[in-house]
Amino acid sequence: MRDRTFAPSRILIYLVVSLIAAAYLAPLAVVVLNSLRTNEEIAQASMIGWPKQWAWSNYAAAWSGFCVAETCAGIRPYMLNSALVTIPATIISTMLGAIAGYAVSLWRFRGDSWIYGIVTLGLFLPQQMRLLPWTIVLRDIGLINTLAGLVLIHTIQGLSFTTLFCRNYYVAIPHELIRAARIDGAGFFRIFWRIILPLSSPILIVTVIWQFTHIWNEFLYGVTFTTGQQQPVTAALIALSAAIADIPQHGVQSAAVIIAALPTLLIYLLGGRYFVRGLTAGAVK
Amino acid sequence: MAALSIRALSKRYANLEVLKGIDLDIESGEFTVLVGPSGCGKSTLLNIVAGLDRASDGTIEIGGRIVNDVPPKDRDIAMVFQSYALYPSMTVRQNITFGMECRHVPKAEQEKAVANVAKLLQIEPLLGRKPSQLSGGQRQRVAMGRALVRDPLLFLFDEPLSNLDAKLRVEMRMEIKRLHQRIGATIVYVTHDQVEAMTMATRIAVMHQGEVQQFADPDTVYRYPANLFVARFMGSPPMNTMRARLEAENGGPVVVIGAGRPDEVRLRLRGYDAAAPFVGREVVLGIRPECIAEGSRVFAGDAPIIVNAPVEMVEPTGAETIVLLRLGGEPAMARITPDIRPTPGASAAFALDTRRICLFDPETERLIA
Repeated sequence: MRDRTFAPSRILIYLVVSLIAAAYLAPLAVVVLNSLRTNEEIAQASMIGWPKQWAWSNYAAAWSGFCVAETCAGIRPYMLNSALVTIPATIISTMLGAIAGYAVSLWRFRGDSWIYGIVTLGLFLPQQMRLLPWTIVLRDIGLINTLAGLVLIHTIQGLSFTTLFCRNYYVAIPHELIRAARIDGAGFFRIFWRIILPLSSPILIVTVIWQFTHIWNEFLYGVTFTTGQQQPVTAALIALSAAIADIPQHGVQSAAVIIAALPTLLIYLLGGRYFVRGLTAGAVK
Repeated sequence: MAALSIRALSKRYANLEVLKGIDLDIESGEFTVLVGPSGCGKSTLLNIVAGLDRASDGTIEIGGRIVNDVPPKDRDIAMVFQSYALYPSMTVRQNITFGMECRHVPKAEQEKAVANVAKLLQIEPLLGRKPSQLSGGQRQRVAMGRALVRDPLLFLFDEPLSNLDAKLRVEMRMEIKRLHQRIGATIVYVTHDQVEAMTMATRIAVMHQGEVQQFADPDTVYRYPANLFVARFMGSPPMNTMRARLEAENGGPVVVIGAGRPDEVRLRLRGYDAAAPFVGREVVLGIRPECIAEGSRVFAGDAPIIVNAPVEMVEPTGAETIVLLRLGGEPAMARITPDIRPTPGASAAFALDTRRICLFDPETERLIA
C-alpha cells in the first residue's frame, strides 16, 4: 500500500512543480486563447483574457485567407513547403544515418572511429557558424532560394544526429551476427537490408521523430536561404507578422502559430511513447 | 587428403603477438579440438581459418587450395558460433536458407536441403518459429542446421556449448559426436573445456600463449602430456605435479619425493630409460589423481606400491572421494572409491600406480619420460 497522507514536504514539492508547469505552459495558453478571440476583443481588453465568443474564423483566415508577402492564400502554401522540405530530408537523413551508423559500429575498418568522431563533431558546431559555408555551397550549385537547397542542408546537417543515434543502437547488436552472415555469403548491403534493418524499428522511430521535429521547427536556414513563395512555414510566420504590422492581428497570428505547430505535435503524440522507449531500449534480446 | 593445412601462421596486433607460428595438418574426416585457456589464441586462429580475420604471416590451405585471400563465403566452410548468431528477424527456415539465398541456389533445391537437415536434427516442427521462441538447445540445433545445410569441406565450431546449462551441454556434446560419426565431416572445434576436448576429439591441439603445445589424439595428450602446461590443463582434477629427485638404485631409476625428510617417498620406476640422463638431478614428477587410490586397490600387473600419507581434506563427490594428502610433504590429490572416507588429520594407506608417472625437465618443463 502506498502512503497516501500528504506530508508538508510533499505539498511543497507539488506546489513548486505546479508553479513551474504553469509558468512553462502560460505562453501556450495565451496563444491558444488568443487564437479563439476576435481582433477587436483583444484590442479592447488585453493580450490575456478568456474568449467572450469563440472566433473559429481566425483559423480559416490563417489557413487560407490571409495575405502574406503579396499573396493572399494564408499559410497553406508555406505548410506545404515545410512538408516538402521536412519529409524528404527526414527520410534521407534517417536512411543515410542508419547506413553510416551500421558501418561504423559493425564493420571495423581503418579510421572508423575517426570518421565517426568527425561526423558527430557536427553536433557541436553552432548553426550560425555554418551559414556562410552553406551560402557559398548553395550559390555554387544553384540551389539558393529553393526547397531542394533546404532539403540538402537538413539532410547533411541531420547526419550527425542520425548517425549518432543509430550507431549507439547498433553497437549492442552482437558482432557474431555479421560474421555469420559473411560466412553465409551476404555482403554489406544485404546484411543491412535483411538482418540489421528489420531489427531497427525502435531507433528508426526515434530518429524520424527527432529529425521531423527539428527540421519542421527550423527557422534560421529557412529565413536565410529562402524568400517569398519558397519559405517554410516558420519563416513565413514572421513575414505574416510583418505584413500585418499596420493593424496587429493577434488572433489570426496565434491561429497561424498553432497550425504551424500541429504536425510536430501530432508526430509526438503518435510516436512519443516509442521515442522514450527507443532511447532506452537495448537492441536485441 | 589434408582438409586443412596451416603453415607458420602468425598474428600480430600492434605489439602484441597473438599467434606465434602455428603449424597444423588436419586430415579429412577428423574431429580436431583446439583447446586452451582464454586468451591462448584459439578463437583468433579459428577466425583466421574462417576468413573473418587476416593472418600477419603464413598460409592456410583448405582442401588443397591456399585461401589467404579468399573471402569467407568462398572458402567452402560453415561455422557455428557461441551465441548461435541466429538472425533474430528471420524464421528458422529463413535462417537455414539465408546462405543458399545468398548463393542463388534454386528454390526447389533449397526446400529439399532444408527438409533433409531438419529431419537429421529433428527440428521440423520448429521451422516456422523465430529464434526468440526457441530454447537454448533448439537454437543450438538450428545453428548446426544452418552449418550442415551448406555441406562444406570444413566445419568450424566456436565454443558452441558454453552458453548451455550443464545437463544440456552433455547431451549436445554426444549429439555433435554422433553427428560427426554419421556424416563423417571434418570439424575444427574450439573450446576452453578440456572435458569437451577429451570426449569429442579424434585429435586435440592444446594451445597456450599463441602456440600449439601438443597436437595428438586424446589418449596421448592425457597419458603423455608434452609439457607441464598440458599436464596441468588436461584432466580434472589436474595432474599432481611436484618437485622430486631422480636417483639410481640397483641399476634402475627411483624417484624420491621430499628427499631427506623422514617421510620421503621412494618410487621405483620401470620402463623409464629415457630418464637416465636425469639421474642425480631434480625433476618434476607428475601423477594423475586416479593413480593414487585407497590402499586396498590393486593396479593391474605389479605388486602394489603402498604409501602411508597424512590426509588433509576429504571431498566426497558421490561417484568417488577426492582426498587431499601429502606425499613426502608435497600436496597431492587422490581419487578413491566413494565409500572410503579417510579421517582428515590422520594417516592412511594409499596405493600408487607408478606405471603412469610422468617426469618433466624442471627447466624446459618438457616431458622426459
